[in-house]
Amino acid sequence: MRLSATDLACRRGGRDVFAGVNFSVASGESLAIRGRNGAGKSSLLRMVVGLVRVASGRLSLEGGDPELTIGEQAHYLGHLDALKPSLSVAENLQFWSAFFGADNAGLNEPLRAVGLDALADLPAAYLSAGQRRRLSIARLLAVKRSLWLLDEPTSTLDAAAQVRLAEIMQAHLAGGGIILAATHGALGLDDTRELRLADTPPPSFVEEDQGGREQQET
Amino acid sequence: MKPLAAILFRDMRIAVRVGGGALMGVLFFVVVVTLVPFALGPDLALLKRVGPAILWLAALLASLLALDRLFAADHDDGSLDLILMGRAPLEIVVATKGLAHWLSTGLPLVIAAPLIGLSLNLDGPAAAALVLTLLVGTPALTFIGLIGAAIAVTLRRGGLLLAVLVLPLCVPVLIFGVAAANAAVGGTVPFGTPFTILCALTLASLVVGPFAAAAALRQEME
Repeated sequence: MRLSATDLACRRGGRDVFAGVNFSVASGESLAIRGRNGAGKSSLLRMVVGLVRVASGRLSLEGGDPELTIGEQAHYLGHLDALKPSLSVAENLQFWSAFFGADNAGLNEPLRAVGLDALADLPAAYLSAGQRRRLSIARLLAVKRSLWLLDEPTSTLDAAAQVRLAEIMQAHLAGGGIILAATHGALGLDDTRELRLADTPPPSFVEEDQGGREQQET
Repeated sequence: MKPLAAILFRDMRIAVRVGGGALMGVLFFVVVVTLVPFALGPDLALLKRVGPAILWLAALLASLLALDRLFAADHDDGSLDLILMGRAPLEIVVATKGLAHWLSTGLPLVIAAPLIGLSLNLDGPAAAALVLTLLVGTPALTFIGLIGAAIAVTLRRGGLLLAVLVLPLCVPVLIFGVAAANAAVGGTVPFGTPFTILCALTLASLVVGPFAAAAALRQEME
């Protein structure tokens, strides 16, 4: 399996966020996306899963299911944890694993992997920020998908949980998975390639399909 | 089917838990209807005449009450991103959320209506007709409301906009719902005429609502 991007550009609110981004990640590889605040790290991840429109360029996934979009074969761990405070830890995980089409048999295992098995019946409203993040990470383990897109995965995690996350990611890569992570810090993975998004906004490039909404930035 | 069942049960579970919208709607309905006899006075004939209209108005407002959070809550906590990434078509997911919302907020109104109708001097046949019209009409209110809820999803205070957008669209449902309920207690038209149109309005909203709401959600996530 190989995820590749060719000359990818992003445009949000009439502003060019990045342009000319190329990368290619194969099974078992990880890519850390770096750049200043607002360089478009999150936008790039959201673009891969189809939540942000591709302004120009091409995204392709070789070796995936041609019937499905890339987003339908990927896990996305965003800034928000997608948890319902009135549901318990187990119910939250159960919902997402059922929604993404996994069987409910092995929900204890993912919870144990992130160290939340003792809190399974606690409403998610009582979880700390780090525990909420760990519960979101459990979702990636409950449903098997080979492409992981992680937005600041280590934020709010304590040192022990960061080590645990690194082990989880390492195991995913060893199983032939692909990881794209937007991050400022270290991921703790053995060999991660880096993609650095431009430190200066790209020179405004002219698009064929969008007239009239061009905003020149100087 | 499995993702849809998951959404249905999750939404209903959230609705009946603390802070959910299920109890809020039916309580609002009961309180508003209970106040009417105090305001109008104990004129039984008058109460009987305005009863169906009052119950329908209260049901309309009550079903709007929890609607503004239907998609906004999922948007605010990031769930909507994941739902958009799912393999289930968004239109069907939206329809499922509408069904869950109706089951948890619309259906309780239908059940409470004949009981609270006693305070408006509704007798047996009138109460039966009213329940039937509400049972058929409240899904239309929910599914028309889906469109407004989807448009207001990114707005902080979407509730008012929702009411302004949705209430005019609900007017035909209100007209034919009340007309059918009144026809049952004696009127110039037979019960079937307005009731059939009410059924048609509901069927149309069941189709149009999910597609329009899904289109609005897709547009806003860009």
